[in-house]
Amino acid sequence: MTERSTAVAPAPDRGPARPARRRAAGRPGRGPSLRARWRRDRPLLLMTLPAIGLLAVFHYVPTFGNVIAFQQYNPWDGVLGSPWVGFYQFERLFTDPRFWNAVGNTLVIAAVQLVFFFPVPIALAILLDSVLTRRLRLVLQSIVYMPHFFSWVLVVTLFQQILGGAGLISQALRGAGYAPLEMMANPDAFLLVVTSQMVWKDAGWGTIIFLAALAAIDQNLYESAAVDGADRWRRMWHITLPGLRPVIVLLLILKLGDILNVGFEQFYLQRDAFGAGVSEVMDTFVYHQTLVTGNFSAGAAAGLVKGVVGLVLILVANKMAHLMGEHGVYKRA
Amino acid sequence: MSTLFESRPVWAERPSLPARAAKNTVLVAVAVVILLPIYVVVLTSLSPASAVTAAGGLVVVPGGISFQAYADLFSGGVVTRAVLVSLGVTAVGTLVSLAATVLAAYGLSRPGSLLHRPLLFAVLLTFLFAPGMIPLYLLVSDLGMIDSYASLILPTAVNAFNLVVMRAFFMNLPGEIADSARMDGAGEWTILTRLVLPMSKGVTAVVGLFYAVGYWNAFFNAILYINDNAKWPLQLILRQYVQQGQQLNSSSLIGDAVQGTASAPNLAVQMAIVVVALVPVTVVYPLVQKHFTKGVIIGAVKG
Repeated sequence: MTERSTAVAPAPDRGPARPARRRAAGRPGRGPSLRARWRRDRPLLLMTLPAIGLLAVFHYVPTFGNVIAFQQYNPWDGVLGSPWVGFYQFERLFTDPRFWNAVGNTLVIAAVQLVFFFPVPIALAILLDSVLTRRLRLVLQSIVYMPHFFSWVLVVTLFQQILGGAGLISQALRGAGYAPLEMMANPDAFLLVVTSQMVWKDAGWGTIIFLAALAAIDQNLYESAAVDGADRWRRMWHITLPGLRPVIVLLLILKLGDILNVGFEQFYLQRDAFGAGVSEVMDTFVYHQTLVTGNFSAGAAAGLVKGVVGLVLILVANKMAHLMGEHGVYKRA
Repeated sequence: MSTLFESRPVWAERPSLPARAAKNTVLVAVAVVILLPIYVVVLTSLSPASAVTAAGGLVVVPGGISFQAYADLFSGGVVTRAVLVSLGVTAVGTLVSLAATVLAAYGLSRPGSLLHRPLLFAVLLTFLFAPGMIPLYLLVSDLGMIDSYASLILPTAVNAFNLVVMRAFFMNLPGEIADSARMDGAGEWTILTRLVLPMSKGVTAVVGLFYAVGYWNAFFNAILYINDNAKWPLQLILRQYVQQGQQLNSSSLIGDAVQGTASAPNLAVQMAIVVVALVPVTVVYPLVQKHFTKGVIIGAVKG
């Protein structure tokens, strides 16, 4: 889980039996006693306290709060007083066609992202990397990174102003005597619109990791290949792409672990315009299931299904990463 | 054109004219696709009523300059308040997040220290699962934080990824300086503030930017936790008045001071709200940009 520590790890056979003798620090192979370490490391522990406390309260406590998925929770009785109903919420969930609609939409969006979003940063990175003037490249990088820092509300609003029924393109079409084009409320255009938004917002930011990988490729390889008569396409095929391969494999695997997290705000914001039929994803389903209908347990059950499947996918993805000699999200201890 | 390729290595062949043309076309197209919407929005927000009417909507060709839309927005109405809320939450939130993250990253940066492994494990474990929206909502509700600004800060205050990136950076700093300071009797606090932080300005700036952008852009936690629309952050105003197009120029939007005076066209005011949401991000981020690659690479390798 953690990286190999350089300090001597405490051996498991040293019990707390004779702390006084182990006080004499500096003996080879032996660390200081627990009490000495407590005295030495107390300031460090104090420093970690705020962050650990926040994670404990706002990550671990609500994780255990998922038990309400097995209850018929109502706010007046609380977690302790609400009746237990076993797997009733899950049975209802799995027979709810709206849940399967959300699952289907999530998977379709993830697949479209994989095919039409994933390659864009790679191509863009190769293109940027081929810009030889440093200053021009920095300017271009500044431009393409920028949309990553815009909120989804902002991105959706900008798209509306350009592609919507009252947007710039419709405005131009009307001016030229044609019918306006309403892209932002047409369910048939949904996948095209959301994928364009993702590319616009994050494809530039996605180039960072590929640019770093490109910079790490040994330039002598290119030179020897050129001397041996390989043209630029063959150099790209035989040197550039193999150089990027580890990063591409790693990101593909991580993507697998993340497949249910297609995004949330983007779909929440456009659900009314495009309709739940195409735009309901698992997260928005959880939200509407609960906070609109007031059925907390049903929402928690849907969220828990997503969380557990997501956890399994991450573990599988990491296993695959390890098998292929990559690090994955975490390393093996 | 020759300046574009000034540093082309000697062994590389000169690209053909069509190839160069194609490449430059693509690069220009990418830049235009990103910048054009921003240009149109900014220009429309600065256009007088006559220009907006003449264009029949969004303004592409400048037709005069007017700051009326911004004067309306900042005359003390809903938008003014939302901007103040967002600025406040961003400032306080970033401070809280950065402090907690720096302290914990330093506290966990010495392998072999007491409880180092279990604590780090607890941090890394949060990568694997999210607590879920509903239990988190119920917790925030049970803590009495609904309709409080704390609900916009505390649940997302510590980002485990940022913590791990920062810790990795601290661990890569040369340890000898800190060791000798410790020999001289310096405490951990002194070492962190006098030695480690001054050597870590870049990574601190990047992590701080990530947090700040997160708070400024935060939308969904306000949807969940804030019912009182007097406490709405800017992103919710942006959604209601621009994305959903709720009618403006009601008495709530603009302050009483300018009621009844000539106000800017509806569209210009809407676009001005977009610009207000956009500007802080675009101003701050170039200052930090040069540090991105480093921070992201460390995160990718150590993550």
